[in-house]
Amino acid sequence: MTRRRSAYGARRRAPYAFLAPAVVLFLLFFALPIGYAIWLSLHRIEVQGLGLGSGARSEVWAGLGNYADALGDSELLASALRVLGYGLIVIPVMLGLALLFALLLDAERVRGRRVGRLVIFLPYAVPGIIAGMLWGFLYLPSVSPLHHVLDSVGLSAPDLLSGGPLYVAMANIAVWGGTGFNMIVIYTSLRAIPAEIYEAARLDGCSQLQIALRIKIPMVAPALVLTFFFSVIATLQVFNEPTTLRPLTNSIPTTWSPMMKVYQDAFRGGDIHAAAATAVVIAVVTLALSFAFLRVANSRNRQEEAAR
Amino acid sequence: MSHPTSHPTSRRTNNRIALLPTAALLLGALYCLLPVAWVLVAATKAGDELFSTFTFAPGTGLLDNITDLTDYRDGVYWRWMANSGLYAGLGALLSCAVSALAGYGLAVYRFRGREAVFSVLLAGVLMPPVILAIPQYLMLAEVELTDSYPSVLLPLVLSPYGIYLARIYAAAAVPTELLEAARVDGSGEWRIFRTVALPMMLPGLVTIFLFQFVAIWNNFLLPYVMLSDDEKFPITLGLFTLLNQGSNTPALYTLVITGSLLAIVPLIALFLVIQRFWSLDLLSGAVKS
Repeated sequence: MTRRRSAYGARRRAPYAFLAPAVVLFLLFFALPIGYAIWLSLHRIEVQGLGLGSGARSEVWAGLGNYADALGDSELLASALRVLGYGLIVIPVMLGLALLFALLLDAERVRGRRVGRLVIFLPYAVPGIIAGMLWGFLYLPSVSPLHHVLDSVGLSAPDLLSGGPLYVAMANIAVWGGTGFNMIVIYTSLRAIPAEIYEAARLDGCSQLQIALRIKIPMVAPALVLTFFFSVIATLQVFNEPTTLRPLTNSIPTTWSPMMKVYQDAFRGGDIHAAAATAVVIAVVTLALSFAFLRVANSRNRQEEAAR
Repeated sequence: MSHPTSHPTSRRTNNRIALLPTAALLLGALYCLLPVAWVLVAATKAGDELFSTFTFAPGTGLLDNITDLTDYRDGVYWRWMANSGLYAGLGALLSCAVSALAGYGLAVYRFRGREAVFSVLLAGVLMPPVILAIPQYLMLAEVELTDSYPSVLLPLVLSPYGIYLARIYAAAAVPTELLEAARVDGSGEWRIFRTVALPMMLPGLVTIFLFQFVAIWNNFLLPYVMLSDDEKFPITLGLFTLLNQGSNTPALYTLVITGSLLAIVPLIALFLVIQRFWSLDLLSGAVKS
Protein backbone atom coordinates (compact mmCIF):
# COMPACT_ATOMS: atom_id res chain seq x y z
CA MET A 1 0.00 0.00 0.00
CA THR A 2 2.71 2.47 0.97
CA ARG A 3 4.71 1.35 -2.02
CA ARG A 4 1.83 2.10 -4.35
CA ARG A 5 1.26 5.48 -2.76
CA SER A 6 4.93 6.47 -3.10
CA ALA A 7 4.93 5.30 -6.71
CA TYR A 8 1.89 7.50 -7.31
CA GLY A 9 3.67 10.44 -5.69
CA ALA A 10 6.74 9.87 -7.83
CA ARG A 11 4.53 9.79 -10.87
CA ARG A 12 2.92 13.07 -9.91
CA ARG A 13 6.26 14.73 -9.37
CA ALA A 14 7.90 13.21 -12.44
CA PRO A 15 6.73 15.69 -15.12
CA TYR A 16 8.11 18.61 -13.12
CA ALA A 17 11.47 16.86 -12.86
CA PHE A 18 11.50 16.14 -16.59
CA LEU A 19 10.67 19.75 -17.38
CA ALA A 20 13.06 21.27 -14.82
CA PRO A 21 16.14 21.66 -17.07
CA ALA A 22 14.11 23.32 -19.83
CA VAL A 23 12.32 25.63 -17.39
CA VAL A 24 15.55 26.66 -15.65
CA LEU A 25 17.21 27.42 -19.00
CA PHE A 26 14.12 29.33 -20.10
CA LEU A 27 14.17 31.47 -16.97
CA LEU A 28 17.91 32.15 -17.23
CA PHE A 29 18.29 32.77 -20.93
CA PHE A 30 14.82 33.94 -22.05
CA ALA A 31 12.67 35.31 -19.23
CA LEU A 32 15.41 37.07 -17.26
CA PRO A 33 17.00 38.76 -20.30
CA ILE A 34 13.59 39.93 -21.51
CA GLY A 35 12.81 41.38 -18.09
CA TYR A 36 16.21 43.04 -18.01
CA ALA A 37 15.70 44.50 -21.49
CA ILE A 38 12.38 46.01 -20.39
CA TRP A 39 14.02 47.43 -17.25
CA LEU A 40 16.83 48.94 -19.33
CA SER A 41 14.37 50.46 -21.78
CA LEU A 42 12.74 52.38 -18.91
CA HIS A 43 16.00 53.88 -17.64
CA ARG A 44 18.67 56.16 -18.93
CA ILE A 45 22.14 57.33 -17.95
CA GLU A 46 22.31 60.68 -16.23
CA VAL A 47 25.63 62.46 -16.31
CA GLN A 48 26.41 64.88 -13.52
CA GLY A 49 28.83 67.75 -13.86
CA LEU A 50 31.50 67.00 -16.42
CA GLY A 51 30.79 63.29 -16.39
CA LEU A 52 34.14 62.48 -14.80
CA GLY A 53 34.67 60.11 -11.90
CA SER A 54 32.80 56.99 -10.97
CA GLY A 55 29.82 58.65 -9.32
CA ALA A 56 29.17 61.04 -12.17
CA ARG A 57 27.12 58.59 -14.24
CA SER A 58 24.03 57.04 -12.74
CA GLU A 59 21.03 55.17 -14.10
CA VAL A 60 17.80 57.05 -13.55
CA TRP A 61 14.15 56.36 -14.35
CA ALA A 62 13.34 57.52 -17.87
CA GLY A 63 9.68 56.54 -18.09
CA LEU A 64 8.66 56.15 -21.70
CA GLY A 65 11.25 58.65 -22.91
CA ASN A 66 13.37 56.03 -24.67
CA TYR A 67 10.27 54.71 -26.42
CA ALA A 68 9.28 58.16 -27.58
CA ASP A 69 12.79 58.63 -28.98
CA ALA A 70 12.73 55.22 -30.67
CA LEU A 71 9.35 55.77 -32.31
CA GLY A 72 10.36 59.24 -33.46
CA ASP A 73 13.70 58.04 -34.81
CA SER A 74 13.82 58.59 -38.56
CA GLU A 75 16.64 56.06 -38.94
CA LEU A 76 14.50 53.33 -37.42
CA LEU A 77 11.61 54.24 -39.70
CA ALA A 78 13.92 54.19 -42.72
CA SER A 79 15.26 50.76 -41.78
CA ALA A 80 11.73 49.45 -41.24
CA LEU A 81 10.73 50.68 -44.71
CA ARG A 82 13.80 49.06 -46.28
CA VAL A 83 12.92 45.73 -44.64
CA LEU A 84 9.33 46.12 -45.82
CA GLY A 85 10.53 46.49 -49.42
CA TYR A 86 12.88 43.57 -48.97
CA GLY A 87 10.13 41.41 -47.46
CA LEU A 88 7.73 42.23 -50.31
CA ILE A 89 10.24 40.57 -52.66
CA VAL A 90 11.46 37.70 -50.45
CA ILE A 91 8.19 36.31 -49.13
CA PRO A 92 6.11 35.95 -52.32
CA VAL A 93 9.04 34.73 -54.41
CA MET A 94 10.35 32.29 -51.82
CA LEU A 95 6.96 30.80 -50.93
CA GLY A 96 5.86 30.75 -54.58
CA LEU A 97 8.96 28.79 -55.54
CA ALA A 98 8.64 26.51 -52.50
CA LEU A 99 5.04 25.70 -53.44
CA LEU A 100 5.94 25.17 -57.10
CA PHE A 101 8.81 22.81 -56.30
CA ALA A 102 6.75 20.93 -53.71
CA LEU A 103 4.03 20.37 -56.32
CA LEU A 104 6.62 19.24 -58.86
CA LEU A 105 8.08 16.78 -56.34
CA ASP A 106 4.58 15.41 -55.84
CA ALA A 107 3.78 15.08 -59.57
CA GLU A 108 4.04 11.60 -61.08
CA ARG A 109 5.41 12.39 -64.49
CA VAL A 110 8.23 14.66 -63.37
CA ARG A 111 11.68 13.07 -63.48
CA GLY A 112 14.64 13.64 -61.18
CA ARG A 113 12.45 14.22 -58.14
CA ARG A 114 14.76 12.55 -55.62
CA VAL A 115 17.80 14.49 -56.78
CA GLY A 116 15.75 17.67 -57.09
CA ARG A 117 14.49 17.38 -53.53
CA LEU A 118 17.97 16.90 -52.16
CA VAL A 119 19.63 19.65 -54.19
CA ILE A 120 16.96 22.28 -53.55
CA PHE A 121 17.15 21.50 -49.83
CA LEU A 122 20.96 21.70 -49.89
CA PRO A 123 21.27 25.49 -49.25
CA TYR A 124 19.71 24.84 -45.84
CA ALA A 125 23.06 23.29 -44.87
CA VAL A 126 24.99 26.41 -45.88
CA PRO A 127 25.39 29.00 -43.10
CA GLY A 128 23.58 32.27 -43.91
CA ILE A 129 26.83 34.18 -43.50
CA ILE A 130 28.62 31.99 -46.03
CA ALA A 131 25.65 32.09 -48.43
CA GLY A 132 25.83 35.88 -48.19
CA MET A 133 29.54 35.83 -48.98
CA LEU A 134 29.20 33.48 -51.96
CA TRP A 135 26.41 35.55 -53.53
CA GLY A 136 28.24 38.73 -52.58
CA PHE A 137 31.24 37.64 -54.61
CA LEU A 138 28.94 36.65 -57.47
CA TYR A 139 27.55 40.20 -57.43
CA LEU A 140 31.01 41.82 -57.59
CA PRO A 141 31.53 43.16 -61.13
CA SER A 142 35.08 41.75 -61.33
CA VAL A 143 33.93 38.23 -60.45
CA SER A 144 30.28 37.98 -61.53
CA PRO A 145 29.44 35.75 -64.51
CA LEU A 146 26.52 38.08 -65.32
CA HIS A 147 28.90 40.99 -65.80
CA HIS A 148 31.24 38.79 -67.78
CA VAL A 149 28.52 37.76 -70.22
CA LEU A 150 27.06 41.28 -70.57
CA ASP A 151 30.52 42.79 -71.07
CA SER A 152 31.31 40.37 -73.86
CA VAL A 153 28.24 41.48 -75.81
CA GLY A 154 29.05 45.11 -75.13
CA LEU A 155 26.34 45.90 -72.58
CA SER A 156 26.96 47.42 -69.20
CA ALA A 157 25.58 45.42 -66.30
CA PRO A 158 23.66 47.10 -63.47
CA ASP A 159 25.46 47.62 -60.19
CA LEU A 160 23.86 44.90 -58.07
CA LEU A 161 25.17 46.28 -54.81
CA SER A 162 23.40 49.64 -54.67
CA GLY A 163 20.02 51.28 -55.19
CA GLY A 164 17.03 49.21 -56.29
CA PRO A 165 19.01 46.16 -57.48
CA LEU A 166 20.48 45.86 -53.97
CA TYR A 167 17.04 44.84 -52.67
CA VAL A 168 16.80 42.14 -55.30
CA ALA A 169 20.37 41.01 -54.61
CA MET A 170 19.70 40.84 -50.88
CA ALA A 171 16.33 39.11 -51.36
CA ASN A 172 17.93 36.55 -53.64
CA ILE A 173 20.21 35.37 -50.81
CA ALA A 174 17.23 34.78 -48.52
CA VAL A 175 15.22 33.09 -51.29
CA TRP A 176 18.15 30.81 -52.09
CA GLY A 177 18.63 29.86 -48.46
CA GLY A 178 14.96 29.47 -47.47
CA THR A 179 13.12 27.92 -50.41
CA GLY A 180 14.27 24.35 -49.67
CA PHE A 181 13.10 24.27 -46.09
CA ASN A 182 9.67 25.70 -46.94
CA MET A 183 9.41 23.30 -49.85
CA ILE A 184 9.92 20.36 -47.48
CA VAL A 185 7.24 21.63 -45.10
CA ILE A 186 4.72 22.00 -47.96
CA TYR A 187 5.79 18.71 -49.55
CA THR A 188 5.27 16.84 -46.27
CA SER A 189 1.78 18.25 -46.11
CA LEU A 190 1.13 17.20 -49.75
CA ARG A 191 2.19 13.63 -48.98
CA ALA A 192 -0.41 13.46 -46.24
CA ILE A 193 -3.32 13.92 -48.68
CA PRO A 194 -5.07 10.53 -49.12
CA ALA A 195 -4.65 9.06 -52.61
CA GLU A 196 -8.37 8.28 -52.98
CA ILE A 197 -9.08 11.96 -53.45
CA TYR A 198 -6.95 12.01 -56.59
CA GLU A 199 -8.57 8.84 -57.90
CA ALA A 200 -11.97 10.45 -57.62
CA ALA A 201 -10.74 13.59 -59.38
CA ARG A 202 -9.13 11.57 -62.15
CA LEU A 203 -12.35 9.66 -62.75
CA ASP A 204 -14.04 13.01 -63.10
CA GLY A 205 -11.53 13.82 -65.84
CA CYS A 206 -9.35 16.32 -63.99
CA SER A 207 -5.89 16.98 -65.45
CA GLN A 208 -2.76 17.02 -63.28
CA LEU A 209 -2.76 20.79 -63.40
CA GLN A 210 -6.39 20.98 -62.32
CA ILE A 211 -5.71 18.54 -59.48
CA ALA A 212 -2.81 20.71 -58.36
CA LEU A 213 -4.80 23.94 -58.49
CA ARG A 214 -8.17 22.74 -57.20
CA ILE A 215 -7.23 19.99 -54.73
CA LYS A 216 -3.59 20.13 -53.70
CA ILE A 217 -3.16 23.86 -53.09
CA PRO A 218 -6.35 24.24 -51.00
CA MET A 219 -5.43 21.11 -49.03
CA VAL A 220 -1.97 22.44 -48.11
CA ALA A 221 -3.30 25.87 -47.14
CA PRO A 222 -2.42 25.32 -43.44
CA ALA A 223 1.21 24.56 -44.37
CA LEU A 224 1.29 27.67 -46.56
CA VAL A 225 -0.05 29.79 -43.73
CA LEU A 226 2.58 28.36 -41.36
CA THR A 227 5.47 28.97 -43.77
CA PHE A 228 4.17 32.49 -44.43
CA PHE A 229 4.08 33.20 -40.72
CA PHE A 230 7.65 32.00 -40.12
CA SER A 231 8.88 33.88 -43.17
CA VAL A 232 7.41 37.15 -41.88
CA ILE A 233 9.10 36.63 -38.50
CA ALA A 234 12.43 35.82 -40.15
CA THR A 235 12.14 38.87 -42.42
CA LEU A 236 11.51 41.21 -39.50
CA GLN A 237 14.72 39.92 -37.94
CA VAL A 238 16.95 40.08 -41.02
CA PHE A 239 20.52 40.71 -39.94
CA ASN A 240 23.01 38.26 -41.50
CA GLU A 241 22.56 39.01 -45.21
CA PRO A 242 22.98 42.81 -45.06
CA THR A 243 25.80 42.44 -42.51
CA THR A 244 27.72 40.11 -44.81
CA LEU A 245 27.25 42.27 -47.89
CA ARG A 246 28.41 45.43 -46.11
CA PRO A 247 32.15 44.83 -46.54
CA LEU A 248 31.63 44.51 -50.31
CA THR A 249 29.89 47.82 -50.94
CA ASN A 250 29.58 51.32 -49.59
CA SER A 251 25.83 51.55 -50.07
CA ILE A 252 24.65 49.54 -47.05
CA PRO A 253 24.44 51.71 -43.93
CA THR A 254 25.14 50.20 -40.50
CA THR A 255 21.45 50.67 -39.72
CA TRP A 256 20.09 48.98 -42.88
CA SER A 257 17.63 46.79 -40.95
CA PRO A 258 16.01 47.42 -37.55
CA MET A 259 18.07 44.58 -36.05
CA MET A 260 21.28 46.13 -37.33
CA LYS A 261 20.22 49.42 -35.78
CA VAL A 262 19.69 47.73 -32.41
CA TYR A 263 23.11 46.10 -32.64
CA GLN A 264 24.67 49.39 -33.69
CA ASP A 265 23.09 51.37 -30.83
CA ALA A 266 23.96 48.77 -28.21
CA PHE A 267 27.49 47.72 -29.12
CA ARG A 268 28.93 50.49 -31.29
CA GLY A 269 27.04 53.58 -30.18
CA GLY A 270 27.14 52.47 -26.56
CA ASP A 271 23.55 53.52 -25.84
CA ILE A 272 22.22 50.31 -24.29
CA HIS A 273 19.04 51.99 -23.04
CA ALA A 274 17.97 53.31 -26.43
CA ALA A 275 18.83 49.96 -28.01
CA ALA A 276 16.74 48.13 -25.42
CA ALA A 277 13.74 50.36 -26.15
CA THR A 278 14.05 49.77 -29.90
CA ALA A 279 14.44 46.03 -29.26
CA VAL A 280 11.29 45.96 -27.14
CA VAL A 281 9.35 47.85 -29.83
CA ILE A 282 10.40 45.24 -32.42
CA ALA A 283 9.52 42.39 -30.05
CA VAL A 284 6.08 43.89 -29.41
CA VAL A 285 5.44 44.27 -33.15
CA THR A 286 6.51 40.63 -33.65
CA LEU A 287 4.25 39.41 -30.85
CA ALA A 288 1.31 41.50 -32.04
CA LEU A 289 1.68 40.08 -35.55
CA SER A 290 1.91 36.56 -34.10
CA PHE A 291 -1.23 36.88 -32.03
CA ALA A 292 -3.17 38.49 -34.87
CA PHE A 293 -2.01 35.65 -37.07
CA LEU A 294 -3.03 32.96 -34.57
CA ARG A 295 -6.46 34.53 -34.18
CA VAL A 296 -7.03 34.59 -37.93
CA ALA A 297 -5.75 31.01 -38.30
CA ASN A 298 -7.96 29.82 -35.43
CA SER A 299 -11.09 31.53 -36.66
CA ARG A 300 -10.51 30.09 -40.13
CA ASN A 301 -10.19 26.61 -38.66
CA ARG A 302 -13.44 27.07 -36.79
CA GLN A 303 -15.21 28.29 -39.92
CA GLU A 304 -13.99 25.25 -41.81
CA GLU A 305 -15.10 22.94 -39.05
CA ALA A 306 -18.51 24.63 -38.99
CA ALA A 307 -18.75 24.28 -42.78
CA ARG A 308 -18.25 20.53 -42.45
CA MET B 1 18.55 10.99 -63.29
CA SER B 2 16.02 10.91 -66.08
CA HIS B 3 15.96 8.21 -68.70
CA PRO B 4 13.64 9.43 -71.42
CA THR B 5 14.33 6.37 -73.58
CA SER B 6 13.57 3.77 -70.96
CA HIS B 7 9.96 3.33 -72.07
CA PRO B 8 10.14 3.87 -75.82
CA THR B 9 7.05 1.83 -76.62
CA SER B 10 4.90 2.87 -73.75
CA ARG B 11 1.94 4.97 -74.74
CA ARG B 12 0.41 5.28 -71.35
CA THR B 13 0.23 8.91 -70.32
CA ASN B 14 1.39 8.09 -66.80
CA ASN B 15 4.81 7.06 -68.01
CA ARG B 16 5.38 10.03 -70.29
CA ILE B 17 7.71 12.61 -68.90
CA ALA B 18 6.17 15.97 -68.31
CA LEU B 19 8.84 18.05 -70.02
CA LEU B 20 8.05 21.53 -68.83
CA PRO B 21 7.66 20.64 -65.13
CA THR B 22 10.81 18.50 -65.23
CA ALA B 23 12.68 21.40 -66.78
CA ALA B 24 11.37 23.72 -64.06
CA LEU B 25 12.58 21.37 -61.32
CA LEU B 26 15.95 21.06 -63.04
CA LEU B 27 16.24 24.84 -63.28
CA GLY B 28 15.51 25.15 -59.57
CA ALA B 29 18.17 22.58 -58.79
CA LEU B 30 20.69 24.44 -60.95
CA TYR B 31 19.88 27.71 -59.19
CA CYS B 32 20.51 26.05 -55.83
CA LEU B 33 23.79 24.57 -57.03
CA LEU B 34 25.11 27.77 -58.65
CA PRO B 35 26.92 29.39 -55.69
CA VAL B 36 28.22 26.03 -54.48
CA ALA B 37 29.56 25.20 -57.95
CA TRP B 38 31.08 28.67 -58.14
CA VAL B 39 32.91 28.41 -54.82
CA LEU B 40 34.19 24.99 -55.88
CA VAL B 41 35.74 26.56 -58.99
CA ALA B 42 36.81 29.83 -57.38
CA ALA B 43 38.70 28.02 -54.63
CA THR B 44 40.97 26.57 -57.29
CA LYS B 45 42.02 30.01 -58.53
CA ALA B 46 45.24 31.66 -57.50
CA GLY B 47 44.88 35.24 -56.24
CA ASP B 48 45.52 36.96 -59.57
CA GLU B 49 43.27 34.54 -61.46
CA LEU B 50 40.24 35.33 -59.28
CA PHE B 51 39.59 38.73 -60.78
CA SER B 52 41.00 38.09 -64.26
CA THR B 53 39.78 34.74 -65.60
CA PHE B 54 36.19 33.79 -66.49
CA THR B 55 34.05 33.01 -63.46
CA PHE B 56 33.64 29.31 -64.12
CA ALA B 57 37.09 28.69 -65.58
CA PRO B 58 39.01 26.50 -63.11
CA GLY B 59 42.31 27.82 -61.82
CA THR B 60 45.54 26.22 -60.79
CA GLY B 61 45.94 27.07 -57.14
CA LEU B 62 43.64 24.92 -54.96
CA LEU B 63 46.42 23.23 -53.00
CA ASP B 64 48.36 26.49 -52.65
CA ASN B 65 45.18 28.18 -51.41
CA ILE B 66 44.62 25.49 -48.79
CA THR B 67 48.25 25.76 -47.71
CA ASP B 68 47.95 29.55 -47.48
CA LEU B 69 44.77 29.20 -45.46
CA THR B 70 46.41 26.71 -43.10
CA ASP B 71 49.44 28.97 -42.68
CA TYR B 72 47.35 32.08 -42.08
CA ARG B 73 48.12 33.22 -38.54
CA ASP B 74 49.40 29.80 -37.44
CA GLY B 75 46.36 27.86 -38.53
CA VAL B 76 43.69 29.97 -36.83
CA TYR B 77 41.29 28.82 -39.56
CA TRP B 78 41.34 25.21 -38.35
CA ARG B 79 40.96 26.45 -34.82
CA TRP B 80 37.70 28.16 -35.92
CA MET B 81 36.53 24.92 -37.54
CA ALA B 82 37.29 22.98 -34.36
CA ASN B 83 35.46 25.62 -32.30
CA SER B 84 32.40 25.33 -34.56
CA GLY B 85 32.54 21.55 -34.18
CA LEU B 86 32.63 21.95 -30.41
CA TYR B 87 29.84 24.56 -30.23
CA ALA B 88 27.59 22.65 -32.63
CA GLY B 89 28.38 19.12 -31.43
CA LEU B 90 28.21 19.71 -27.69
CA GLY B 91 25.43 22.28 -28.00
CA ALA B 92 23.25 19.98 -30.10
CA LEU B 93 23.86 17.09 -27.69
CA LEU B 94 22.83 19.15 -24.65
CA SER B 95 19.89 20.59 -26.55
CA CYS B 96 18.78 17.11 -27.54
CA ALA B 97 18.90 15.91 -23.94
CA VAL B 98 16.90 18.88 -22.63
CA SER B 99 14.36 18.58 -25.46
CA ALA B 100 13.95 14.83 -24.95
CA LEU B 101 13.29 15.25 -21.23
CA ALA B 102 10.86 18.13 -21.67
CA GLY B 103 9.11 16.65 -24.71
CA TYR B 104 8.62 13.33 -22.93
CA GLY B 105 7.35 15.04 -19.78
CA LEU B 106 4.82 17.03 -21.81
CA ALA B 107 3.66 14.11 -23.94
CA VAL B 108 3.29 11.39 -21.33
CA TYR B 109 2.04 13.07 -18.16
CA ARG B 110 -1.11 15.01 -17.48
CA PHE B 111 -0.59 17.76 -14.96
CA ARG B 112 -1.85 21.19 -14.09
CA GLY B 113 -0.45 23.91 -16.32
CA ARG B 114 0.87 21.52 -18.95
CA GLU B 115 -0.39 23.49 -21.93
CA ALA B 116 0.60 26.78 -20.32
CA VAL B 117 4.20 25.61 -19.84
CA PHE B 118 4.27 24.31 -23.41
CA SER B 119 2.96 27.57 -24.86
CA VAL B 120 5.39 29.70 -22.86
CA LEU B 121 8.35 27.56 -23.93
CA LEU B 122 7.22 27.73 -27.57
CA ALA B 123 6.79 31.50 -27.43
CA GLY B 124 10.58 31.63 -27.11
CA VAL B 125 10.70 31.02 -30.88
CA LEU B 126 9.09 34.39 -31.46
CA MET B 127 11.73 36.35 -29.57
CA PRO B 128 14.11 37.99 -32.02
CA PRO B 129 17.65 36.80 -31.20
CA VAL B 130 19.08 40.33 -31.11
CA ILE B 131 16.60 41.27 -28.44
CA LEU B 132 17.78 38.41 -26.29
CA ALA B 133 21.43 38.86 -27.18
CA ILE B 134 21.82 42.36 -25.69
CA PRO B 135 20.56 41.56 -22.18
CA GLN B 136 22.19 38.10 -22.34
CA TYR B 137 25.49 39.81 -23.04
CA LEU B 138 25.05 42.31 -20.21
CA MET B 139 24.01 39.60 -17.75
CA LEU B 140 26.88 37.31 -18.66
CA ALA B 141 29.18 40.32 -18.33
CA GLU B 142 28.00 40.67 -14.72
CA VAL B 143 29.27 37.17 -13.96
CA GLU B 144 32.33 37.69 -16.19
CA LEU B 145 31.35 34.97 -18.61
CA THR B 146 31.38 36.96 -21.86
CA ASP B 147 34.08 36.10 -24.38
CA SER B 148 34.08 32.50 -23.15
CA TYR B 149 32.98 29.16 -24.60
CA PRO B 150 29.92 28.89 -22.29
CA SER B 151 28.66 32.31 -23.44
CA VAL B 152 28.07 30.89 -26.93
CA LEU B 153 27.16 27.39 -25.82
CA LEU B 154 24.61 27.91 -23.04
CA PRO B 155 22.08 30.38 -24.53
CA LEU B 156 21.51 27.99 -27.46
CA VAL B 157 20.84 24.86 -25.41
CA LEU B 158 17.14 25.57 -24.99
CA SER B 159 15.45 24.98 -28.33
CA PRO B 160 11.68 25.61 -28.37
CA TYR B 161 11.47 23.89 -31.74
CA GLY B 162 13.35 20.87 -30.37
CA ILE B 163 10.92 20.58 -27.45
CA TYR B 164 7.99 20.86 -29.85
CA LEU B 165 9.37 18.07 -32.04
CA ALA B 166 10.31 15.89 -29.05
CA ARG B 167 6.78 16.15 -27.71
CA ILE B 168 5.33 15.07 -31.06
CA TYR B 169 7.77 12.17 -31.37
CA ALA B 170 7.18 11.01 -27.81
CA ALA B 171 3.40 11.13 -28.24
CA ALA B 172 3.58 9.20 -31.53
CA ALA B 173 6.31 6.67 -30.81
CA VAL B 174 5.83 5.71 -27.15
CA PRO B 175 2.63 3.69 -26.51
CA THR B 176 0.96 4.48 -23.18
CA GLU B 177 0.19 0.77 -22.55
CA LEU B 178 3.89 -0.02 -22.59
CA LEU B 179 4.57 2.60 -19.93
CA GLU B 180 1.72 1.26 -17.81
CA ALA B 181 3.07 -2.28 -18.15
CA ALA B 182 6.52 -1.12 -17.02
CA ARG B 183 4.93 0.63 -14.03
CA VAL B 184 3.05 -2.52 -13.05
CA ASP B 185 6.41 -4.31 -13.16
CA GLY B 186 7.59 -1.81 -10.58
CA SER B 187 9.94 0.31 -12.67
CA GLY B 188 10.50 3.88 -11.54
CA GLU B 189 9.62 6.83 -13.79
CA TRP B 190 13.23 7.68 -14.61
CA ARG B 191 14.06 4.06 -15.39
CA ILE B 192 11.03 3.80 -17.68
CA PHE B 193 12.14 6.91 -19.54
CA ARG B 194 15.68 5.62 -19.96
CA THR B 195 15.01 2.01 -20.88
CA VAL B 196 11.59 2.09 -22.56
CA ALA B 197 10.88 5.54 -23.99
CA LEU B 198 14.34 6.80 -24.96
CA PRO B 199 15.12 3.99 -27.45
CA MET B 200 11.75 4.52 -29.11
CA MET B 201 12.29 8.27 -29.40
CA LEU B 202 15.77 7.83 -30.87
CA PRO B 203 14.97 8.42 -34.58
CA GLY B 204 13.22 11.66 -33.65
CA LEU B 205 16.11 12.69 -31.41
CA VAL B 206 18.55 12.19 -34.27
CA THR B 207 16.50 14.71 -36.22
CA ILE B 208 16.55 17.18 -33.34
CA PHE B 209 20.30 16.72 -32.99
CA LEU B 210 20.90 17.40 -36.68
CA PHE B 211 18.53 20.35 -36.70
CA GLN B 212 20.28 21.93 -33.72
CA PHE B 213 23.73 21.07 -35.08
CA VAL B 214 22.98 22.95 -38.29
CA ALA B 215 21.33 25.82 -36.40
CA ILE B 216 24.32 26.30 -34.07
CA TRP B 217 26.94 25.77 -36.80
CA ASN B 218 25.17 28.42 -38.89
CA ASN B 219 24.68 30.85 -36.01
CA PHE B 220 26.44 34.15 -36.37
CA LEU B 221 24.75 36.71 -34.19
CA LEU B 222 25.42 35.24 -30.74
CA PRO B 223 29.19 34.73 -31.19
CA TYR B 224 29.31 38.13 -32.95
CA VAL B 225 27.86 39.73 -29.82
CA MET B 226 29.63 37.61 -27.19
CA LEU B 227 33.17 37.03 -28.42
CA SER B 228 36.11 39.33 -28.97
CA ASP B 229 39.02 36.87 -28.71
CA ASP B 230 39.33 35.33 -32.16
CA GLU B 231 40.84 32.13 -30.74
CA LYS B 232 37.29 31.30 -29.61
CA PHE B 233 35.52 32.29 -32.85
CA PRO B 234 33.36 29.79 -34.69
CA ILE B 235 33.93 29.48 -38.42
CA THR B 236 31.10 31.85 -39.45
CA LEU B 237 32.48 34.72 -37.36
CA GLY B 238 36.07 33.93 -38.34
CA LEU B 239 35.30 34.08 -42.05
CA PHE B 240 33.29 37.26 -41.61
CA THR B 241 36.22 39.04 -39.94
CA LEU B 242 38.47 37.82 -42.76
CA LEU B 243 36.03 39.23 -45.32
CA ASN B 244 35.93 42.50 -43.41
CA GLN B 245 39.70 42.82 -43.55
CA GLY B 246 39.56 41.76 -47.20
CA SER B 247 37.91 45.02 -48.19
CA ASN B 248 41.31 46.63 -47.53
CA THR B 249 43.50 43.77 -48.71
CA PRO B 250 41.84 41.87 -51.59
CA ALA B 251 44.51 39.14 -51.30
CA LEU B 252 42.49 37.86 -48.36
CA TYR B 253 39.52 37.22 -50.67
CA THR B 254 41.18 34.03 -51.91
CA LEU B 255 41.45 32.84 -48.33
CA VAL B 256 37.81 33.73 -47.66
CA ILE B 257 36.66 31.79 -50.72
CA THR B 258 38.76 28.71 -49.99
CA GLY B 259 37.69 28.94 -46.35
CA SER B 260 34.01 29.13 -47.33
CA LEU B 261 34.34 26.01 -49.46
CA LEU B 262 36.04 24.01 -46.72
CA ALA B 263 33.47 25.24 -44.18
CA ILE B 264 30.44 24.00 -46.12
CA VAL B 265 31.98 20.67 -47.13
CA PRO B 266 31.40 18.98 -43.73
CA LEU B 267 27.75 20.02 -43.58
CA ILE B 268 27.02 19.02 -47.17
CA ALA B 269 28.79 15.69 -46.64
CA LEU B 270 26.76 15.19 -43.47
CA PHE B 271 23.56 15.79 -45.43
CA LEU B 272 24.47 13.44 -48.25
CA VAL B 273 25.39 10.65 -45.86
CA ILE B 274 22.43 10.91 -43.53
CA GLN B 275 19.73 11.50 -46.13
CA ARG B 276 19.78 7.73 -46.79
CA PHE B 277 18.23 6.95 -43.46
CA TRP B 278 17.05 10.33 -42.34
CA SER B 279 13.58 11.23 -43.45
CA LEU B 280 13.31 14.91 -44.29
CA ASP B 281 9.66 14.59 -43.36
CA LEU B 282 10.67 14.37 -39.71
CA LEU B 283 12.04 17.88 -39.94
CA SER B 284 8.62 19.39 -40.33
CA GLY B 285 7.24 17.33 -37.48
CA ALA B 286 5.26 14.86 -39.55
CA VAL B 287 5.31 11.43 -37.95
CA LYS B 288 4.15 8.37 -39.82
CA SER B 289 3.06 5.56 -37.56
